[in-house]
Amino acid sequence: MSGRISSVLGTPARRLGAASALAIAAALGLQNAPVLAQDDTLRVVIHADLRNLDPIWTTAGITLAHGYMIYDKLYEFDSAGVPQPQMADGHTVSEDGLVWTITLRDGLMFHDGDPVTAEDVVASLERWWQRDGMGQTLAGVTESLEAVDASTVRITLSEPFGLVLDALAGIRGNPPFIMPADVAATPADEQITDYTGSGPYVFLADAWEPGSTVVYERFADYVPRDEPADFMSGGKVVNFDRVEWVYIPDSTTTMASLMAGEVDIWELVPPDLAVAMEGSPGIVVERGAYSHGVIRPNHLIPPFDQPEARQTLLHLVDQSDVLAAAIGDEALWQECAAYLTCGGPYESEAGVVGVVAEPDIERAAELLQASGYDGSPIVILDPTDLPDLHAVALYVGQQLRAAGATVDVQAMDWSTLTSRRTSTAPVDEGGWNILVTYTGGLEAASPLTNITLAANCENAWFGWPCDQEIEDLRTAWRTESDVEARREIAEALQVRAYEVVPYVPYGQFFTSRAHRDDITGYIPGTPISVYWNVDRVE
Amino acid sequence: MRNPPRAFRTETQASAGKPAGVVAATLSRLWRNPTACFGGTLLALLAASAVLAPLLAQHDPLALVPAERLRAPSHEHLFGTDMLGRDLYARVLHGGRLSLTVGILTAVICSLVGLAIGLVAGFSRLADALIMRVMDGIMAIPGILLAIALATIVGGGVSTIVLAIAVPEVPVVVRVVRGVVLTLREQTYVEAARSLGTRPGRILLRHILPNSLAPLIVQATYICGLAILIEAYLSFLGAGIPPEFPSWGNIMAEGRGFVLIAEWIILIPGAFVAATVLSLNLLGDALRDMLDPRTRRAL
Amino acid sequence: MATIPVMGVVAIIVFGLIHISPTDPAAVIAGDYATPAHVEEIRQQLQLDRPIHEQFLTWVGHVLSGDLGDSIFSERPVLQLILARLEPTVSLALMTILVAVVIAVPIGVVAAWQARTVLDRALMLLATLGISVPAFWIGYLLIFSVALDLGWLPVQGYASLSEGLWPFLSHLILPSITLGTAYAALIARITRASMLEVMGQDYIRTARAKGLPMRKVLIGHALRAAAIPIVTVIGLGFALLIGGVVITESVFAIPGIGRLTVDSIQRKDIPVIQGVLLVFSAVYVVVNLLVDLLYTLLDPRIRYAG
Repeated sequence: MSGRISSVLGTPARRLGAASALAIAAALGLQNAPVLAQDDTLRVVIHADLRNLDPIWTTAGITLAHGYMIYDKLYEFDSAGVPQPQMADGHTVSEDGLVWTITLRDGLMFHDGDPVTAEDVVASLERWWQRDGMGQTLAGVTESLEAVDASTVRITLSEPFGLVLDALAGIRGNPPFIMPADVAATPADEQITDYTGSGPYVFLADAWEPGSTVVYERFADYVPRDEPADFMSGGKVVNFDRVEWVYIPDSTTTMASLMAGEVDIWELVPPDLAVAMEGSPGIVVERGAYSHGVIRPNHLIPPFDQPEARQTLLHLVDQSDVLAAAIGDEALWQECAAYLTCGGPYESEAGVVGVVAEPDIERAAELLQASGYDGSPIVILDPTDLPDLHAVALYVGQQLRAAGATVDVQAMDWSTLTSRRTSTAPVDEGGWNILVTYTGGLEAASPLTNITLAANCENAWFGWPCDQEIEDLRTAWRTESDVEARREIAEALQVRAYEVVPYVPYGQFFTSRAHRDDITGYIPGTPISVYWNVDRVE
Repeated sequence: MRNPPRAFRTETQASAGKPAGVVAATLSRLWRNPTACFGGTLLALLAASAVLAPLLAQHDPLALVPAERLRAPSHEHLFGTDMLGRDLYARVLHGGRLSLTVGILTAVICSLVGLAIGLVAGFSRLADALIMRVMDGIMAIPGILLAIALATIVGGGVSTIVLAIAVPEVPVVVRVVRGVVLTLREQTYVEAARSLGTRPGRILLRHILPNSLAPLIVQATYICGLAILIEAYLSFLGAGIPPEFPSWGNIMAEGRGFVLIAEWIILIPGAFVAATVLSLNLLGDALRDMLDPRTRRAL
Repeated sequence: MATIPVMGVVAIIVFGLIHISPTDPAAVIAGDYATPAHVEEIRQQLQLDRPIHEQFLTWVGHVLSGDLGDSIFSERPVLQLILARLEPTVSLALMTILVAVVIAVPIGVVAAWQARTVLDRALMLLATLGISVPAFWIGYLLIFSVALDLGWLPVQGYASLSEGLWPFLSHLILPSITLGTAYAALIARITRASMLEVMGQDYIRTARAKGLPMRKVLIGHALRAAAIPIVTVIGLGFALLIGGVVITESVFAIPGIGRLTVDSIQRKDIPVIQGVLLVFSAVYVVVNLLVDLLYTLLDPRIRYAG
């Protein structure tokens, strides 16, 4: 009788199934088995999924973070914003400022055991400066780049350029990571397939599970500098045998996981959860880098091809409302009308219109009328998967409606948005009128690196503002070396920006990060999270 | 059961072309069934709250009020507020309109399309083979995945979502209708009618359609519930109705990141979804039990 | 036999629906700070410009030779990505089926036995509730109560069998309850319905009349006869599982095929979407074929005509 029961309930099938499950698990599991939990493994929940591994081919933040794990650079910025030697031992500049000679320090080695030579540096820089904005600028003023001997690189300029080291220390865009010469020989528009670097960690390609886990292990032969770590510069000391990057798309699950001690670091914590976790036992919440909010109108098509229409936005946006909606807790944001950010060297109140005052709906409606707005729907791109930007998009929509405009808030995810924003077509052919985003605070602080401020028409960042005066001022700033003169130029730039409105700044806010309280040495404020210097207290 | 089973009587009544009588009889029987009564009342209440939403809700469901973010349920805000300061009570009630509309539209579309295709498949051997292969193909792709893929690829908007949810459910209706047609075609009285020269159209109207109606309605009820649930899933994964206008699904999707600090944003719409789908399932069960002769002979 | 045309239809659907996509993967890969020129470059590189029928034929050819293409974003072969994610999903699915069947069938039997009593109504109400509640609701509830507050089980993630039996099981318990609730509810309902139907039959009544104890009647005779619809719904309900896997893996951060699907759809990673839909459909078809085979084991009187 019992035999019949089990056949009825399908036990043979189930037994078969269980056995095959174990068999499959064993077979596949042996290939992909995550290592058992160890104290010398650092587990980090990363902010995005690592998809592409070539930081010269893409500028995605997570790929750059990957780059900082396995590569090294000639120079790195310290907390004062001064480029410090990293792979370089030092440099000399000729009298006329045209010849820069950089020597490499001893002990630099790639993960495969080969020493790092000047040839590798030259090849890497030549690949890098085809892509990166700052690099292109440097390439434009360089006559020759050569390896003088195994440990010396010489850059000969065609004109004096004070930012050579700044270019070589560039944190974002495409950072000038040094790769083996044969890897750097890969054309800049193709992705590399060899991930050998000379940085403090080694990438374990076999353990990589896209969409879930990235694994690095300590590079035993890495020789860190003697100086203490200072922002991106200084000695890159590694205290863990192994680092696991975990991608968990659900922030609730991540928070529970951090609180349960299953992970050590959470790179990017949504503002409300950051505030909620403050004071939780076992958890430390810190501020990350600061960001600069950007509401970008499309200058190519109506209605924002007219300056009056763009100025409408200045009277509709109240930074404290936007930031309260998008970020929440006041501790995490501040109003800042400066195009070149507050707290930076060019903070200024010159020329400010609206944005930090109560919205003036009447004036906004007037300006909108005056611009010749015909009532057709204004398309706002709304990235619904990014809650902070989603809030900003809805806010702008609400304010525009209050001013009498017809608004079409189009929901999409960020990926789709990055594709839609490339469209220069009119709205009924897939174009857009307003896009919301933010840039790094550090980049926004300088006229050279604040790409959203650039008004070079069709070569500008999406939105394509076009204003000769802004461009002249930016060039003037770049070529000026006197600090006071630069400040005056920056002010003039801001005054002009408030007339032309390349974008509407909606303030500054801090990202947050969190970690278990037994973790120390997580360097604060870096635009890209770095994992040297991190240690676990026993 | 000395007399001919009630089912047969119902069938002949229907074949005699008195649909109104059947409806009245069904409704009165439903009223006596406690599960159906419970489900029906619950559904009626939820539907009423959705329809009367503008009257019941004091606040504008779309108005951003940053100063009132993430407030727990209170006197001022019965269901609390969400992360943009919008009143959740208003959003949930208005959301009910959208979610219920999605459910009803899906059920209607599936029924109509499924009926049409099912009839064709039942009548034409040739078309049947092709149609059933295509239906099998659609059914072979798990419904939620197909809906997600369709919804994402074609983009947001209520009509797209409805279509995305409807497509995977059409084959079920087709099967049911086709089944009825095939069974009935074999019945003596239908053969008799045909041999007498009755036009196919009349056979359709007087015999086939009325008998398809009952199982169709049962299916439609289930599909309505399923559609509301799938809308919630689609929105949860970011492939559903764009969040500017609330639906139960997208309210929960927006609240996903806040479950640990503002759980009402997911709990309350979720309760509404569960209640609605439950009531629809209970109604469907009751209808099915009533209309399917076999289960009524249970112990 | 009918499988091939069915898979053919699936292939057409899978290929076709994705090519009505209006979005452009090129811009996504280029990253946030890239120029429009760079975006165009990537578009050319990925050959997104070829005519549709050409793309279809090429695609089918590749698929049949086992090449499901490369992911647009990670540039790894789709098949490799899917195989790497197979284990967690298969483990979860099997665990869920186990848990669901073990819980649901007895519930259905008891409900049928106690038909029309309060117990029956309560159990069936519970079952109906089970197919009405959104799965992620259950998931979060379990995470907070069991994993966080009580600390008995891990919050998220997946542990392979090679890490030990308890880690493997403990990571799967909450997800399988989440995933399995609707599935179990469905099975319970059908079990009860089909048991009732069988129990109304004359030969059962005869057995009862002859004095056989209820338990023997239930399990020995009725359940056997009722097995076919139960097994059918286990097979058909598998679609529920596959659909639910997407949600469950998303909430519990399990690195399986469900998560792969969600990520790929959000990023419009077309080859991966196609590959996953094909694989899932094939699995579903195979499962139902197995169910059909199981029929012949259960009841040799059944003949299957294609």
